Amino acid sequence: MKLSTALVTCVIILSGLTASRATTLTVCTTCPATTIRAAIAQAAAGDTVLVRAGFYQEGNLVIDKPLTLRGIGYPVVDGQLTEETFTIAADDVTLEGFKIQNAGHNQLKDLAAIRVQRKKGYIIRNNLIINSFFGIYLEYSGQGLVIGNTISGQATNEMSAGNAIHAWYTKEVVIRDNLLQGHRDGIYLEFVTHSTIHDNRSTGNIRYGLHYMFSNDDAYFCNTFDHNGAGVAVMFSKRITMTDNVFEYNWGRAAYGLLLKEINDADILRNRFTHNTMGICLEGTTRIRYTDNTFSGNGWALQLSGGCDDNVFTRNNFLNNALDLVVNGRLNNNLFAHNYWREYSGYDLDRDGIGDVPYRPVKLFSHILTLAPEAIVLLRSLFTDLLNFSEKVNPLYTPNNILDNQPLMQLIPHD
Amino acid sequence: MLKIMRYTLSDLLRSRWVVIYLSFFLLLTLSLLSLSGDVSQVVISLMNIILILCPLVAVMFGVMFFYNSREFTELLLAQPLRRTDIFFGQYLGLALSLSASLVIGVGLPFLIYGLFASAEVWNFMVLIVIGVALTFIFSGLAFYLALCNDNRIRGFGLAILLWLFFAIIYDGIFLLSLIVLRDYPLEHYAMAMTILNPIDLARILILLKLDISALMGYTGAVFHKFLGSLAGSILAFLALALWVVLPVWRIRWRALRKDF
Amino acid sequence: MIDIQNLHKSYGKLAVLRGIDLNLSQTGQISAILGPNGSGKTTLIKSILGLVIPDQGDIRMDGQTIKGQWAYRHHISYLPQIARFPENLTVTELLAMIKDLRSGPTDDDALIQLFGLGPHLQKRLGDLSGGTKQKVNLVIAFMYDSPVIILDEPTSGLDPVAMIHLRELLQRARQQGKIILLSTHIMSFVDEMADEVVFLLEGAIRFRGTLVQLKTQYQEDNVERAIANILQGESPILA
Repeated sequence: MKLSTALVTCVIILSGLTASRATTLTVCTTCPATTIRAAIAQAAAGDTVLVRAGFYQEGNLVIDKPLTLRGIGYPVVDGQLTEETFTIAADDVTLEGFKIQNAGHNQLKDLAAIRVQRKKGYIIRNNLIINSFFGIYLEYSGQGLVIGNTISGQATNEMSAGNAIHAWYTKEVVIRDNLLQGHRDGIYLEFVTHSTIHDNRSTGNIRYGLHYMFSNDDAYFCNTFDHNGAGVAVMFSKRITMTDNVFEYNWGRAAYGLLLKEINDADILRNRFTHNTMGICLEGTTRIRYTDNTFSGNGWALQLSGGCDDNVFTRNNFLNNALDLVVNGRLNNNLFAHNYWREYSGYDLDRDGIGDVPYRPVKLFSHILTLAPEAIVLLRSLFTDLLNFSEKVNPLYTPNNILDNQPLMQLIPHD
Repeated sequence: MLKIMRYTLSDLLRSRWVVIYLSFFLLLTLSLLSLSGDVSQVVISLMNIILILCPLVAVMFGVMFFYNSREFTELLLAQPLRRTDIFFGQYLGLALSLSASLVIGVGLPFLIYGLFASAEVWNFMVLIVIGVALTFIFSGLAFYLALCNDNRIRGFGLAILLWLFFAIIYDGIFLLSLIVLRDYPLEHYAMAMTILNPIDLARILILLKLDISALMGYTGAVFHKFLGSLAGSILAFLALALWVVLPVWRIRWRALRKDF
Repeated sequence: MIDIQNLHKSYGKLAVLRGIDLNLSQTGQISAILGPNGSGKTTLIKSILGLVIPDQGDIRMDGQTIKGQWAYRHHISYLPQIARFPENLTVTELLAMIKDLRSGPTDDDALIQLFGLGPHLQKRLGDLSGGTKQKVNLVIAFMYDSPVIILDEPTSGLDPVAMIHLRELLQRARQQGKIILLSTHIMSFVDEMADEVVFLLEGAIRFRGTLVQLKTQYQEDNVERAIANILQGESPILA
């Protein structure tokens, strides 16, 4: 008892000491410090640097001690397209309230507006990052928080653009409430684990809204991905949980809501896929549960390519998609049950809410498309309707192992 | 020409068949709109019906009208009138009366439901314009067929065959050829085949407006380039316009040479 | 006024007219074209109207060729063989239509009264009987004051009263100095009304002359018998 009291007292005194030692420096044109660089140099660990509104033509600002840098009224830091603006080179740095523009573009060096190198405990908050190559670049840096930033690029092609948020060999990062647009990928994660991505909006990025490579045990939820080359791509990753996201208007040539490639053991729950060229494209995915998602107004709702095994699709709504399901190659052991298919025209005599005849989500026309993709010009023609109808009456070509044996009669209310 | 058109129109607008056609579209559109709240879904359903029904009704009604008015046409030909004026007048009257049924039958329910203020109005307009274009094309083709065949049975048979060909057989051959030739690059071929069939062309134009261009684009760069661009849409509309002109040109050619 | 020279027409292999030369210039005269079925009567009439386009030969009206022309038809009134009209128009609308299409003074009111069409004026043409439609047909043919009248089987479907009116109309037209060309199968009608006979057989004119000439040449006092004689190939007995 005594020992613990002493300890607590000790801690209080110690923390009091550090608090009393921490000071606040201010940067402005008439302040003692007129440059951010000077203020960082003067500041001691634990200090706060307040930067007043103004235009700071500074680059290569290396924050090498645990500081809080806070912009007041969005001071502009301009890298003049040649240099990286901020580098966080110490643990426990907070960087917030800056408008960072024109950080250097260099495809060899992957320059970024804010780079975190091998550090943890950082908070990057409420910054506006405009016209940078990479926006925020995290390498070997875990246990950080990226929140409330707006990162806008002007990327026009994949080759000459960087990602808005790029994380590499990083764990336990939280990325939330950001707006990411006009980059190659909105968020790119490679070798990132135990991280959470939520409540972001990723829009108008050339490649993907969110991109996982070789990353395991992550979750993303409540994000909106729209108007990207593809909403989200998850590749070569395990145990990713995807819930309550909106994938919409990822619409164009080779555009997907969600692209899954060589992943396994994931949960895809309560997401909404609307007006995407392809809702979800699956390649080599194993043991994935798709539950309570809604697919509406997509070109293709689902495309399953070879090597998709043991996937379970239950309680999903399929509404007004040009094609609900396209299958390429041989598949094993995928289960469709209790989904609602708007095109289902069966009956329910025992009135248990489940249709009495199975639904075949793969149309003959979908099958033909896999043989001759150009046949898409015959979409919705009378001839293909007749083909589909005859196949429905007497199935010959469509796979026998893809059936919903318990199709629901009523739309599943989500939300 | 305009006088003949006006009298043909005032005759046909009172004809039983045109009234039935109009009521069909009225009932259909009303029931679709009341059953489904999703207007774009209604537009797609209507598209499927218009693409099939407009050509069918136009060819059947076209040959029927021609044969029924044959004797009166002779009387008109004996009057001091140009042959082309008589036939173009009759053709326009025929096509316009069917088009009016379509426009009113589909348009009125949209008006009642107050949908002309909604964003769907452009999709609806495209649908109507294309339905009208199909009506003109196929009533013109039917008129031409009837001009070429004095035997009614043969004329009706050919009219049905014409419809069957463009609505189904053509697409069947098209699809089969795509499958057989699948090892070759087929995009240009597929585009050309689409333009050569007015029903396919009309369908693609509506689908484009319903924003399925991306879907088309997914399969190949040519589709994307052609269908995704404004120039492509204009070209497709021009092709449709050519299809409207073609029967008119053939009617003129035949009408100037035919014996009655 | 109407001058037909060397007119040929064939449908496929079937030669219907083989070199017809015919001049109709005598005003105030009714010429009857006679001949068995398929002899080319209707084709000849339709050639004059421009409905049939000849393979060879020329038709001139008032010295002008009619080939490719249409305005000359202002000078012709025509009664087609079969009376069929747009079914959903009324008689009044039909007459208004014809008057609208072909301007000029008309006396349709008198003709309507003559044929007793008054009560039918507001009926749909599709609801009229064949005889009534033929009367409407006659009204259209006679309502214009044109110098040439061409009638294809004018007597078909007419009741006796209407026949009497038709005869009156033809008499009046003759008195007005018109050129009248008609085809018919009713020989008594020819005997009574025609001034001259043009007999066609297999696309050629076998006989042309007045009724008196016909009867004297074939030594019959009745047209029907005279015609039968032509058909049997008896050569005319020259007087």
